[in-house]
Amino acid sequence: MDILAQQILNGLVLGSIYAVVALGYTMVYGILELINFAHGEVTMMGAMVAISVIGLGLAAGLPALPLIVLAMLAAIAACMLLGLGIERFAYRPLRRAPRLAPLITAIGMSILLQNIAMMIWGKQYIPFPPVFPQGEHRILGAHVTDVQIIILITTVLLMLALTLLVKHTRLGRAMRAIAQSQPVAQLMGVNVNAVVAATFAIGSALAAVAGVLVAANYGQAQYYMGFLLGLKAFSAAVLGGIGNIAGAMLGGLLLGLIESLGAGYIGQLTGGFLGSNYQDVFAFFVLILVLVFRPSGLLGERVVERA
Amino acid sequence: MNARKRAWLAALALGLGLAVLPFALDGLLGPYWVRVLDFALLYAMLALGLNIVVGYAGLLDLGYIAFYGVGAYLYALLASPQFGIHWPFWATLPLGAALAALFGILLGTPTLRLRGDYLAIVTLGFGEIIRIFLNNLDAPVNITNGPQGITAIDAVHIGGFSLGRRHELLGMSVPSTVLYYYLFLICMLVVVFISLRLENSRIGRAWVAIREDEVAAEAMGVPTRNIKLLAFAMGASFGGLAGGLFASFQGFVSPESFNLMESIMILCMIVLGGMGHIPGVILGAVLLTVLPEALRYVGDLQRHVLGRVVVDPADLRMLLFGLALVLMMRFRPAGLWPSRRRQREFSATGDVAEQEQASLFDARR
Repeated sequence: MDILAQQILNGLVLGSIYAVVALGYTMVYGILELINFAHGEVTMMGAMVAISVIGLGLAAGLPALPLIVLAMLAAIAACMLLGLGIERFAYRPLRRAPRLAPLITAIGMSILLQNIAMMIWGKQYIPFPPVFPQGEHRILGAHVTDVQIIILITTVLLMLALTLLVKHTRLGRAMRAIAQSQPVAQLMGVNVNAVVAATFAIGSALAAVAGVLVAANYGQAQYYMGFLLGLKAFSAAVLGGIGNIAGAMLGGLLLGLIESLGAGYIGQLTGGFLGSNYQDVFAFFVLILVLVFRPSGLLGERVVERA
Repeated sequence: MNARKRAWLAALALGLGLAVLPFALDGLLGPYWVRVLDFALLYAMLALGLNIVVGYAGLLDLGYIAFYGVGAYLYALLASPQFGIHWPFWATLPLGAALAALFGILLGTPTLRLRGDYLAIVTLGFGEIIRIFLNNLDAPVNITNGPQGITAIDAVHIGGFSLGRRHELLGMSVPSTVLYYYLFLICMLVVVFISLRLENSRIGRAWVAIREDEVAAEAMGVPTRNIKLLAFAMGASFGGLAGGLFASFQGFVSPESFNLMESIMILCMIVLGGMGHIPGVILGAVLLTVLPEALRYVGDLQRHVLGRVVVDPADLRMLLFGLALVLMMRFRPAGLWPSRRRQREFSATGDVAEQEQASLFDARR
């Protein structure tokens, strides 16, 4: 029972991070029908920038709370700029190109960012300084750290804020309009380039927060961390129904739970043949199964198949 | 001299050039470069295989290296002390190609209904799944020997003549790398021949039709599903063959040789050279194998000019690949040496360009 509670908790924490990153994928896909492969790398950059800022701040003797706020803001600012730059440099010039073209630049961008990060911060895992509260609690038999509680609260707040933004602001309405039909939105006076840029900025800001949280949770970060995280978050977005905001949240949480429970129980299920080292396989299996049996995802509307 | 004669002469000159190339390289740049040349041929085979899937049929496959891995591991398991089996290469190489083709069909069957970008992600996931399994299938039953990989793989040998050793032939001392060069060259020529013959066959034209507009192709009576599966299987079998050759040449395989970056590198070769154009693809493969090797001189240059190595040239490699992908797509999307058809598609003007581009891989709205 304790183990089950623990696995569920871990799954929820992991899943809420996936959900926040998945939001970035889903917003961009909803508007441009583009898989922003570099999104995972933006997440990684957020974590790296935050670690550097915290390192500098600790050296300057700043207290923990303002330091956390400062690091978050720095990571968000850096990632927003990065997201805008990626959009401007790698995607916007190709918006009318064949579909494969922006996908290939996206892959290129992802490799480029990974290697830039590797040159700046090195190949090793770098530790995340323990600035967050380090307390531990027992809830229903599960160990819960303060960082995990912070993650759950932050991600829920972010998801609420994003839902409000998309449903109730002018920008949100413009985003939804472009998602429905870009030419018509343009005819109605929506500045498409500005809205797309804003979408990238918001998605990147979310990715920055997710990156900082994930690094704080594991206590370390590395240039390659964004890649797998990004893939899983993308799987989560597809699971929930890509282009659908609520779907991304649901998909993220579900995928987190599947991974955590799967890794916990796969040994028993297969009689010890497969172990928890297969954890990373689940996301891909889920992705393949969803795409085969319900390509529109759990909450997605039936997308008209364009050949 | 008529055109036919000239073509024969050109072919003869090319053949002679290819035949003496390893000796020339050995003499001019040292034996290391013969090894690089061998790898260039291997990668050319891989790139030609992926070219069938991506270039002809327009299906973006990001897990292609998995087929290479399947071929390599099959060869390794059937010709090494791992299980004590030592089958000859003429049994293991075709078997590897066939198994890879089977894996291609296995991957293709559930996924080929998907649209281009989804397919890319799923194939990527498939590649990672294969790698994770290769990495972990050492317990509870040791099959792949896990992350340590399989060592002491047999070299290709014909009767008692092993390609893994230096031989005295015709009064010359011929090293193993040169012998493998000829084997790889023969295999690559076979692959080129098959690709050439496929290109303008009924099947090849069906692939291009699917790439250009799947709905229209289906309406014209192309059995799209089977033809796409065939593209996957053909491409995969080339990958499996190259994998087997790699295992015998290297004498060692481990899961790390088959990671995603390798898939992306092969994709880079095609994109750089010119998708769907055989000479372009080979050019891309040779360039991207040789240039990273030339990058070591960048390290020497740094030492000379700056006094120390500031940026490790090995780290520079992937950075440049990423940059190359982005820049190529933006400024020369058809590749360095594109086919005439593709060149027209990308450089047509006005409305034609828009129409052509819109239908290049799939209809957009």
